[in-house]
Amino acid sequence: MQQVFSIPKSMKKDFKYTFCPGCDHGIAIRLVAEVIDELGIREDIISSTSVGCSVFLYDFLDIDCVEAPHGRALASATGVKRARPDKFVFTYSGDGDFASIGLAESMHTALRGENISSICINNTTYGMTGGQLGPTTLLGQKTTTSPTGRNVDYYGYPIKIAEHIALCEGTAYSARVALDTVPHINQAKQAIKKAFQVQLEGLGFGFVEILSSCPTNWHMTPEEAHKRVREEMMPVFPLGVFKEVNNGN
Amino acid sequence: MEKEKVLIKGNYAIAQAAVNAGCQCYFGYPITPQTEIGEYLSGKMQGLGRGYVCAESELAAINMVMGAVSTGVKAMTSSSSCAVALMQEALSYAASDELPVVLVNVMRTGPGLGYIYPAQGDYNQAVYGGGNGDYKIIVLAPSTVQECVDLTYRAFYLAQKYRNPVILLADGLLGQMMEPASFGDYPYPEVDVSSWALTGAKGREARKIYSVAPDEKKQIQHIYDLHKKFEVISQNETSYEEFNVDDADYILTAFGSMTRNIKAAMNVLREKGLKIGAFRPITLSPFPYTRINELATKKKDFIVVEMNMGQMFKDVKYAINGKSNVELVNRPCGEWLSVEEIVSSVEKIIGRKQYAASI
Amino acid sequence: MGKINIDQSRCKSCYICTETCPKGLIKKSQKTNRLGDYMVELDDKNNECIACAMCAKRCPEIAIEVYK
Repeated sequence: MQQVFSIPKSMKKDFKYTFCPGCDHGIAIRLVAEVIDELGIREDIISSTSVGCSVFLYDFLDIDCVEAPHGRALASATGVKRARPDKFVFTYSGDGDFASIGLAESMHTALRGENISSICINNTTYGMTGGQLGPTTLLGQKTTTSPTGRNVDYYGYPIKIAEHIALCEGTAYSARVALDTVPHINQAKQAIKKAFQVQLEGLGFGFVEILSSCPTNWHMTPEEAHKRVREEMMPVFPLGVFKEVNNGN
Repeated sequence: MEKEKVLIKGNYAIAQAAVNAGCQCYFGYPITPQTEIGEYLSGKMQGLGRGYVCAESELAAINMVMGAVSTGVKAMTSSSSCAVALMQEALSYAASDELPVVLVNVMRTGPGLGYIYPAQGDYNQAVYGGGNGDYKIIVLAPSTVQECVDLTYRAFYLAQKYRNPVILLADGLLGQMMEPASFGDYPYPEVDVSSWALTGAKGREARKIYSVAPDEKKQIQHIYDLHKKFEVISQNETSYEEFNVDDADYILTAFGSMTRNIKAAMNVLREKGLKIGAFRPITLSPFPYTRINELATKKKDFIVVEMNMGQMFKDVKYAINGKSNVELVNRPCGEWLSVEEIVSSVEKIIGRKQYAASI
Repeated sequence: MGKINIDQSRCKSCYICTETCPKGLIKKSQKTNRLGDYMVELDDKNNECIACAMCAKRCPEIAIEVYK
């Protein structure tokens, strides 16, 4: 018999995910690893890691990594890319890192059109600290810091990250995908690949926002959490490609 | 080659020295009185095909430096006082990650926004740091435009040699004044960074530069290792200048630009027949505790002169450890303490002591 | 005809695979892992697995290998 599905080569030998059961981070990192394998770029990568549940990327992927303080992954990545333009540079952050504490760095990296690729996991909460209100928390959503649900008067609105990044002229690719079904997982992989390819082609900033579940902090089973991604998140955060620049276009 | 002297502003001297030292990337955000460094480097770096980013903030700037130096290149940022405060988190990370960050602080007045008057109020910020945890930074304090050049060279060398962040602590006076200075070539050997720099995991194991150690033993060992490293730095790199200390009863002590005035004051006081020496740490961290203690053991009193409320004063006092006396002559900011003011303050201190001894 | 291999040392018993298999071949086992959770197992007596790999693609732990 022939093996048709296996652990990507770019994963570290004997890696052990530290995520909660059913967490979509594991799938997202696998997709990144598969894209790295398919593009054959593992040996050229320097990644700037973020803070949050995404912090342990360097324990899972077999690539060179430098840590950045919370929110500063894109600034660090800019430094890496400017120092070594020949290397492949990407970041992998959560919505808190990318779009709250690090929003200035993220937006300006896109505005400068840095040849960097970024993956942002949107799970509508701060996962690692136990489920507080974050920049993407939905209206009405209960968290440990919005115990009666997010209401506009008191907490303001969630941010639509992929749309904002698409508005930046330096952005070459901005898409929102999800991991709730196999077709969506396949689409997510294609989006990650595209965000990586625009860097390889020197077209500018490549970005993918991934709608993810956080069963632990949502107090749901993994499948209930995926249902919430579909029924509550997607109406607010629609899937799609918001910007795509092609070679010679 | 004969070293040709040019008349140049301190800020430009630092910038050109960085270019000569092989600084591959500069990232910065404007703030008076150091903005000329970024202005000078913008065109230069682009022309040389090196990296330059007008960063969106000082936070971003220093983190860009951390990213750049992690790949083994030399890189720096420059800023001033209140904006250097923004960078403290990154300095703590850089010290823990052992990243050779070079940061130039051309001091202005604080606290808060303060203003652009000259001051030396960032001694504690530089030497003791505002970041979290036990970490140490190498701090170099130039006193002339020539030293702006020499110590910028040294900053890049020490940063890579010891994989430790280095702060060049200048001040607005020095940044804005013009003096003759010669550059010459970068006088230090290139440091081999191949054992740790991130270049992509090709033909070797993947590397991670990080400070998260969810392992108590590792974390404890890491902090011990960092401090052991700094002991080596203290032994090898502590530097200072001293003048007429052998026969001195009193030693004027200052850092940075104030060194100029204590030297002049020493000469005036010597002409008046007083046995005055001068001492000036070049490395504020590691601080020359041992030498000051030796001098104090010989019953020489110290008079610390600085443009703050007595920040280095505490280190001198700590170094003396009760073996002699120490006095403070200071002003928090603004017009530099003049030679005349220092002379008259010293005369008052000596007069008071002589009176006290006579009764 | 296909076959899957579940790495029980990686599996965290989230049971996404049990709800994903189009043939309903992955089931909660009566055996428990070191955390006391019921493990999952392939119950394919009639060789129905078609190696579609949907279980593997949705497994957050990359704990499933698929053979064809």
